[in-house]
Amino acid sequence: MSYQFLQTLWFVLIAILWIGFYFLEGFDFGVGMLLPFVGKKDVERRAIINTIGSVWDGNEVWLLTAGGATFAAFPQWYATMFSGFYLALFLLLVGLIIRGVAFEYRSKDPNPKWRSTFDWMIAVGSFLPALLLGTAFANLARGVPIDAKMMYTGNLFTLLNPYGLIGGLATVSVFLLHGANFLGLKLDGELRERVHALSTKLYIAAAVITTLLLIGTYIFTDITSKLGINPGITPIAAYLALLLTIFFINRRMEGWAFIMTALHIVLTQVTFFLLMFPRVMISSTNPDFSLTIYNASSSQYTLSVMSIIALIFVPIVLAYQGWTYYMFRKRITTKKESLVY
Amino acid sequence: MDPLTLSRWQFGLTTVYHFLFVPLTLGLGWFVAYMQTRYYQTKDETFHKMAKFWGKLFLINFAIGVVTGIVQEFQFGMNWSEYSRFVGDIFGAPLAIEALLAFFLESTFLGIWIFGEGKVPEKVHLASIWLAAIGSNLSALWILLANGWMQHPVGYVIDPVTGRPMLNDFYALVTNPKGWLFFFHTIASGLATASFLILGVSAYHIVRQNSVTLFKRSFQMAAIVGLVAAALVILDGHTQGQYIYQTQPMKMASIEALWNTEQPASFSILTIGDLSGKKEVWSLRLPAVTSFLACNNFNCAVRGVYDIQAQYQQQYGPGDYIPLMVVTYWAFRFMFLIGFLMALLAILFLFALRKDIEKAKWMKWVPWVIVLPYIANISGWLLTEMGRQPWIVQGLLKVQDAVSPNLTTVDLLISLIGYVVVYGSLAAADFYLMRKYAIAGADVPMQESVDVASPLVGAQD
Repeated sequence: MSYQFLQTLWFVLIAILWIGFYFLEGFDFGVGMLLPFVGKKDVERRAIINTIGSVWDGNEVWLLTAGGATFAAFPQWYATMFSGFYLALFLLLVGLIIRGVAFEYRSKDPNPKWRSTFDWMIAVGSFLPALLLGTAFANLARGVPIDAKMMYTGNLFTLLNPYGLIGGLATVSVFLLHGANFLGLKLDGELRERVHALSTKLYIAAAVITTLLLIGTYIFTDITSKLGINPGITPIAAYLALLLTIFFINRRMEGWAFIMTALHIVLTQVTFFLLMFPRVMISSTNPDFSLTIYNASSSQYTLSVMSIIALIFVPIVLAYQGWTYYMFRKRITTKKESLVY
Repeated sequence: MDPLTLSRWQFGLTTVYHFLFVPLTLGLGWFVAYMQTRYYQTKDETFHKMAKFWGKLFLINFAIGVVTGIVQEFQFGMNWSEYSRFVGDIFGAPLAIEALLAFFLESTFLGIWIFGEGKVPEKVHLASIWLAAIGSNLSALWILLANGWMQHPVGYVIDPVTGRPMLNDFYALVTNPKGWLFFFHTIASGLATASFLILGVSAYHIVRQNSVTLFKRSFQMAAIVGLVAAALVILDGHTQGQYIYQTQPMKMASIEALWNTEQPASFSILTIGDLSGKKEVWSLRLPAVTSFLACNNFNCAVRGVYDIQAQYQQQYGPGDYIPLMVVTYWAFRFMFLIGFLMALLAILFLFALRKDIEKAKWMKWVPWVIVLPYIANISGWLLTEMGRQPWIVQGLLKVQDAVSPNLTTVDLLISLIGYVVVYGSLAAADFYLMRKYAIAGADVPMQESVDVASPLVGAQD
């Protein structure tokens, strides 16, 4: 396999990992953020957590694998991005830490204050990563200051520009809607009704902010020169899928509503990677300083070894993760016998 | 303080903290899997309760180990970007493989184990705890192969253009003896850590006559495993000594406070150094024992700190190549003595089990043995990592050249204080829950449900 082919292959593989992570952890983060608002009683909150209880940790591993794969395949990208976005990533880590522990600890003490504290840690710990990842990805598309030595020369506030913030809010709002659609699929009874009532409002927020993101993308990124004024079927389908969600929400077709937000998330991420390729970090200082799959990658030998390993193990992982969802496919109610603590 | 010093403190603290939880995860998973298997085979309810009880403690501990592990993977890029650029062609591979092979396995099947009882077939539920335990231990293998490479780089050539090591032999990377010795040492000390937790908690309940059958059975199991594990840790540690002698002579010399080359080399029972830590004031020594530790015979020459320092200055340029000896010297002694003490205690417990241990007066002190492996585990890592200083990759890259150049003191202070606050609070919650569930005994269900009707603070009902 040629070096260039391997570099492209690893760009695609890392893109798939991020897309998988957004799709899966997207509803996990949404469910987490909705937890204190949808669940009013303890059993309700337990039921809500149980919709993702058996899978959230596995879903989060997609992020870890994306991080590890970036280090292995494009170490310069990993080094520049992780050191450059230092404080943003620190906050993201804090979110993931408090959230992960809270899932495990919240039910282990009967004190209502204890439980409420951990429930809010789940909500905040889901909100922070969603906001920060959205902001980071928007900034990647927009370009960030990088010098000739591949060094990030901005700081945290460089990332907090209008387009970055819209990206963050769009991600939060879409994850909320995606989470609500997932809860509609997994819950039953009164909770299901409550989620349904909420999802119309969440749809409006997501549609408005995503429209802003779309406009912003034309203004702040090089999408017109890269993909054209008509950017092609992928981004258009992404946008339409989101708009179609309300149609299915109104008709209470929860499965389809979930498929629509899933499609929107997946296609939006595909658009992002199409826009970036073959760049992995765009330099706003000078386009020539951008990191690409060619100047940021590992050697041909390392990429070959990693490709063989990925080709063997990725299908196995996909098979058993998919099988988990199948095992836990039933709806969850607040009945005592249905809940696992 | 400068960003380099702060980054070192942050990496040290977060890593030590992470490793407070990891060994118990590694070891206790096997115990729970075995207990559940025995229940599956015999349908003896005691085994079922055992698996449940120790499983509770396993999960409380697991949660913190796993979330603090995420920090570890990100920190290389965040704080050590120049290191990441330098070693990316090699070091990233085991990390990515760790995520793909181990993290997915561990997290997915642990999810099934927690939520699947009664929902998935019993066989699947049993298999899931085994797969989760295998996943945790596989993850240890890959991260230790990565660390082994930092201690003893293999399978690479230096790129003439960039000066960076490039992987040219993946097989050498995955068969690096250093990594495998670390691996066996770590899983054995994980088993020892779990054994001593079980011994301590069981003793607490045996003294109080709670579920005596269950806790005596646990105690016996843990005493046997604890003895075997401690013996393996010691044997592996002795083998490691010879590798350190060959590949990291400076680490060897600093552990032994061996200033000048000796043949045969003596072992320091107690050395007092001056304030710089680089000069001896007084010492008491056993002849030839260091030679045994380093080469498995009593007569080889072991090189001293000053000689190696002189050689390194010639080889790598001026600089201080001597690790902080007060740490390496004492960490080794703590680890070594506690290792033997644990083996000895396990033997004593096994003998005591032949009689009526409920009535033994000393049993009420046994819960304190829980702290022993923790001190030994942390000492071991301090010795390994600080003994490699000033190198981040032995002989190839120094720590001072590895730090992210864009970080400011303010960045580091924010993150360091943030980690201390978050980790501190979580440690308090973990300790509270571990203690509570350990003391509550085997008859308390996993979680208590709050009264269905009670409104929650923060919920608008």
